Amino acid sequence: MLIREIRDILNAELLEGEHLLDTEVHTACGSDMMSDVLAYVKDQSVLITGLLNQQAIRTAAMMDMVCVIFVRGKRPGEDILQVARENGIAVMTTKHRMFTTCGMLYAAGLNGGLKRDEQ
Amino acid sequence: MSSNSLHYHYVVPGDDFTQAGKASSAVKQILKQLGFNPQTIRKMSISLYEGEINMVIHAGGGEIDVDIDDEKITAVLTDRGPGIEDVELAMQDGWSTASEQVRGLGFGAGMGLPNMKKYSDELKIDTEVGKGTTVTIVVKLAS
Ligand SMILES: Nc1ncnc2c1ncn2[C@@H]1O[C@H](COP(=O)(O)OP(=O)(O)OP(=O)(O)O)[C@@H](O)[C@H]1O
Ligand SMILES: [Mg+2]
Repeated sequence: MLIREIRDILNAELLEGEHLLDTEVHTACGSDMMSDVLAYVKDQSVLITGLLNQQAIRTAAMMDMVCVIFVRGKRPGEDILQVARENGIAVMTTKHRMFTTCGMLYAAGLNGGLKRDEQ
Repeated sequence: MSSNSLHYHYVVPGDDFTQAGKASSAVKQILKQLGFNPQTIRKMSISLYEGEINMVIHAGGGEIDVDIDDEKITAVLTDRGPGIEDVELAMQDGWSTASEQVRGLGFGAGMGLPNMKKYSDELKIDTEVGKGTTVTIVVKLAS
């Protein structure tokens, strides 16, 4: 799936990373707890979160993720977008809640990290 | 000391959470520029980031020294925080003294130290209650 498709599926607004829209991603992780993202993420490339701070982006960057989606209409400020810019991470915001966001992307083919029959 | 050695020093402020993780990001950029393999970079970045966040949320900030030589990357994190009373307990999955406020910032699940252990090749914790903590992380370079 392309980051562009994620944006369209979620009817999300892209706030940073125009140049990353055609980047291909296969897996995602949804969490408000960065501790868990650091401990459990392996090769997921998209982070879906309701945590609105710079550490959401920094954590994604540490895990080599390429896209962060803020749910429930949360809108990051310029300080957060600046961190995303420095780290080459696309940022979008969607009005959907966490569960709905994850469900929509899962239904569209984005995986959780393990193959579906291993989950 | 090895012939090729690089040294980097960072001050980690304890009173500004927005800055937490900045030093680790800078180190990650340097490791990328130096062309280390992605697995090596990932191991050091995650371990260092966990350690840096710990310094900010548990110890009021501190300092980070990173040394790179031909064989390994070494990060030493020094703080003058409260120290860790029982290191063995602190190393256990899920054990945390973090406040509700810290959890609201996305941390404090008690996963950091076990994660540092998992990703580093060597992890050393020198700590004294009331004095502070020094955490040493070593990631060996694949030859
Ligand atoms: N530098 C430090 N100074 C004082 N205490 C520390 C320090 N680092 C860790 N600790 C203690 O060890 C505990 C476990 O640390 P660990 O990093 O595993 O979990 P956490 O920081 O509480 O949560 P998480 O890392 O999952 O966000 C902490 O809750 C804290 O009590
Ligand atoms: Mg921690």
